[in-house]
Amino acid sequence: MIGLTSYLTLGAILFAISVAGIFLNRKNIVVLLMCIELMLLAANINFIAFSHYLNDSAGQVFVFFILTVAAAEAAIGLAILVTLFRSRHSIDVEDLDALKG
Amino acid sequence: MSITDFLFFVFAGTVIAAALGVVLSKNPVHSVLFLIMTFFACSAIWLMLEAEFLAITLVLVYVGAVMVLFLFVVMMLDINAAKMREGFVSYLPIGILFAVLMLAIMVYVVGPVGPDVMATAALDNAVKHAADYSNTEALGEILYTDYVLAFEIAAIILLVAIIAAISLTLRRRPTTKHQNPSEQVKVKRNDRLKIIKSDAEVLK
Repeated sequence: MIGLTSYLTLGAILFAISVAGIFLNRKNIVVLLMCIELMLLAANINFIAFSHYLNDSAGQVFVFFILTVAAAEAAIGLAILVTLFRSRHSIDVEDLDALKG
Repeated sequence: MSITDFLFFVFAGTVIAAALGVVLSKNPVHSVLFLIMTFFACSAIWLMLEAEFLAITLVLVYVGAVMVLFLFVVMMLDINAAKMREGFVSYLPIGILFAVLMLAIMVYVVGPVGPDVMATAALDNAVKHAADYSNTEALGEILYTDYVLAFEIAAIILLVAIIAAISLTLRRRPTTKHQNPSEQVKVKRNDRLKIIKSDAEVLK
């Protein structure tokens, strides 16, 4: 029987996969951004599952705002990435050490 | 096993398989396409949780706009995929270790395997809504009353994101030829036309 725990477990699995992705693809910023999107999706699954099983629409409103912020974050992140690639011709995280103290 | 259980397992399996594809695929373009697949399967999961409006928003906003933006950027940048994969194998054990550890802890707290310390397994206040129930209407009712301030802040965040993205990527190239309309409008007759007095001459 599918219950709240099934959905929460799905969110947990998705979050764990994206954490592993951040460890594995630590040179490629584009894939790092995609892993962050996956993490936000995992959080959203939890919000919607709780919203359904507690019969409270507030959870869905939160997902709405998370989607807004995630879209803004993706747009700004990719814009920074494009400027970075123009000036450095690389998106390798290890090349981006200009702020190193 | 009922049909909804079967559908849940199909879509959850798709979500997990596609998420693994995002993380493990060699080509960033394939990663983006797998991410689109994840979002589609996830929106099906959200439909099963009766969040119809958000499921449609996920497909329209995420797949339609954000993922296309990702695809543009990935295809525009000249990425050396082989160089980007350096260190993948050496980080594989620690990545898997952390993922399994986190998963074990989270499943221990919420899941069906562990002792279910938060008692989520027993939680079920879900209401079966009638066929004429509108999720969009219910969401709109609280969004424009209780959460109207947060809604306006979200609008400002989006505006800031638009301005930031445009101002970051806008660049003036000195070699580009372009017209200046205000200069063109301001021009007077005397700037362009010069009347020269000269005596009439007859060629012999």
